[in-house]
Amino acid sequence: MPTPPVVEALGISKSFGGLRALDDVSIEVPSGSFHAIVGENGAGKSTLAKCLLGFHRPDSGAVKLDGMAVTTPAEARRAGLGMVFQHFTLAPSLTVAENLVLARPDLPALLNWSKEKERLRAFLDTAPFRIDLDARVDHLAAGEKQKVEILKQLYLETRALILDEPTSVLTPAEADEVMTVLRDLVTGGRLSVLLITHKLREVMAYADRVTIVRRGRRVASNEVRQMDASRIAELMVGSAQPPEQAIRRQVRERRPALEIRDLRVLGDQGLAAVDQVNLKVHTGEILGIAGVSGNGQRELVQAIGGQRGIESGSILAFGVLYRPSRSAIRRAGLLTLPEEPLDNACVAQMSVAENLALRSFEHPPMAKFGFLSDRSAIRRSAEAAVRRFSIRTPSIRAAVRTLSGGNVQRLVLARDLGGPDTRIMVAANPCFGLDFAATAFVHNQLIALRNRGGSVLLVSEDLDELMTVADRILVMSGGRIAHETLRADLDLAAVGRYMGGHAG
Amino acid sequence: MPGPDTLRFAGIATALLGGAIRGSIPYMFVSLGECLTEKSGRVNLGMEGILLMGAMTAFGVSEWTGSPWLGALAAAAVSGLLGLLHGGLTELPGVNDIAAGIAMIILGSGLAFFFGKQFTAPMAPQLPVLDLGGGIGNTAARAALRISPLFFLGIAAGFALHYAFEHTRWGLHLRAVGDAPEAARSMGIPVRRHRIAATAIGGALAGIGGSHLTLYFPGIWSEGISGGQGLMAVALVIFAGWSPRRCLAASLLFGGAQALGPSLQSAGVTGLYHVFNASPYLLTLVVMIASCSRTRAMAGMPGALARRG
Repeated sequence: MPTPPVVEALGISKSFGGLRALDDVSIEVPSGSFHAIVGENGAGKSTLAKCLLGFHRPDSGAVKLDGMAVTTPAEARRAGLGMVFQHFTLAPSLTVAENLVLARPDLPALLNWSKEKERLRAFLDTAPFRIDLDARVDHLAAGEKQKVEILKQLYLETRALILDEPTSVLTPAEADEVMTVLRDLVTGGRLSVLLITHKLREVMAYADRVTIVRRGRRVASNEVRQMDASRIAELMVGSAQPPEQAIRRQVRERRPALEIRDLRVLGDQGLAAVDQVNLKVHTGEILGIAGVSGNGQRELVQAIGGQRGIESGSILAFGVLYRPSRSAIRRAGLLTLPEEPLDNACVAQMSVAENLALRSFEHPPMAKFGFLSDRSAIRRSAEAAVRRFSIRTPSIRAAVRTLSGGNVQRLVLARDLGGPDTRIMVAANPCFGLDFAATAFVHNQLIALRNRGGSVLLVSEDLDELMTVADRILVMSGGRIAHETLRADLDLAAVGRYMGGHAG
Repeated sequence: MPGPDTLRFAGIATALLGGAIRGSIPYMFVSLGECLTEKSGRVNLGMEGILLMGAMTAFGVSEWTGSPWLGALAAAAVSGLLGLLHGGLTELPGVNDIAAGIAMIILGSGLAFFFGKQFTAPMAPQLPVLDLGGGIGNTAARAALRISPLFFLGIAAGFALHYAFEHTRWGLHLRAVGDAPEAARSMGIPVRRHRIAATAIGGALAGIGGSHLTLYFPGIWSEGISGGQGLMAVALVIFAGWSPRRCLAASLLFGGAQALGPSLQSAGVTGLYHVFNASPYLLTLVVMIASCSRTRAMAGMPGALARRG
């Protein structure tokens, strides 16, 4: 078996329009090593990967595999370079065997399945884990799908594998399993791994070497054992000071604000996605809901926000039955910050000012005589919100869809969290895709709401986020609440088991 | 001795069987063509127009050359071109395949009516039939067993398509294209080429179905000849769960529903004649309601169709 190639990027620069995505970045991955690339969103990690794979042609600099220059995807492929993307690249309604065979470049026109299966089984004997060849991919758990992606690369005889955030959709236990598999393959000399991630825990536990990129530049590259996590984080953010964490104050009055009783909600497929869920969020409390995506969290948030009908059960706000209508939202001060806010909480073609006014345009001071809207009042309030929440927009007249994801999130927060009347906030993965500074900003806003006696229901796939922000954490699995714990008593291993649905 | 009621029932059953076999042929070819198209992740609603073009072309060429086989071949070719047009159009940026399909219905039927107007002969040479019941004395049973070779061709096409999906590289690539186009693209499978090819071949199959309408007894051309069968066949694909073999069975069911009215009439049952004639349409409606309800999972649906929302 050939040894993994030496992967080198030599002084790569790449610009898109005016934006310099990569600026003189070099990296060297020796044969059979585990290299991590870390950096914030937009730091240029993915661009670097695409240059290595030959998908992008660098403006200057060169990519070399075993000393040979590589410029096209086909050349990279032949040299044994492969990639596992952030999102699955498997055909869901095909079987594992079909997906693996599909990847073969030299597939004959007529398939001899018994021969293919035999080949696959012989190949699986050399693989570090088992998988059912005849299972349909959409019946596999996320961790198993990621393993099939890795298997596919091994089947393609990839010797150097780039992985882009491969554990972002996995439970902690699944993530550890996948990383262990990769580590073993590297240790066994079968593979070199280039891991793109922002999870410092994975870097510290599995990588040999780490390269940190910030705004398209390489800021450091070092042996992992000579670094510690806080130093890496510091280098990623750039500023010597990590963003300040809001202080959590004791809130005296504690009474139920949002209450959910025996809630049952159907998913898109007509099966119960939320099944007999009971929970209470108190005043001055942040209740976190942990879980792997697809376990009913989305449907729960949609039901509270009125985007999805309720099969049975009830939602109460301050002891009163709550049905999401404009007047009820205003009365209860219950606002939701859904996933993909551009689609779910904004009107994309309308301007920043109009979107900021969506909650209150029919009330004074934005409306005169109950029906005429006061453009100048809307403008003034928008300008104030843009300043206070530092929304980066060319003007308040710009359409919301022209804003970056982080700034759309800020706009929705400015509108829904900034108002004095917000008393309950339901937020679903509010920091997904945001960088350190923006994440800290969102967290601080949620804690500020809690400190002034408000309530937050925070649904998040990121356990680290829940551990920094939430007071109490529920684990959702298979549409039910599987586990409850106070933040202070949290047992990470137990939470992981409940997330995976493996605990009784 | 069997009583008169038994005889009458046997008569209805024989007529129904014959009618199902005859009537299933257009459904078979159109649904197989649509199944192939949808497996690639595209919908071709234009099948109604393509079916009419196939019927008209088959009639014209059969009459002009005197060879019904050439007529059927020409129908496949012309309909294949229409399929190619649909496939090409829907690959253009911003073109929605549903809207393009509706345009194809109008284009196909318009062209068919325009050229069909020129026909002067009342009948065109018909495809030969296989007289499988040659030795049987009962005339009704003999009539039922006079089967068009297209019926067997359709069955063969269904099994061939099934084999192609499961056991050929092309079929596997096509299913990947329809199920996860981005994933297929990342594996270097040319998504566009597969979709255009599937839509063109799908159109050609539908054209053969159209040729049955004009090249089988009574072998006349009229503008109302398709009677919405092209659209119903699209619904049938959903009913059949995107499986070519189940498309065959579902076509027999639809053909049988269509034969219900005429066979009851031939046995002397004339009450509710129009209600029985409407049974294929009712069946389509029932199928659509049953399969499109939100609470039932659309198992087998190609991923690219499911995700369009």
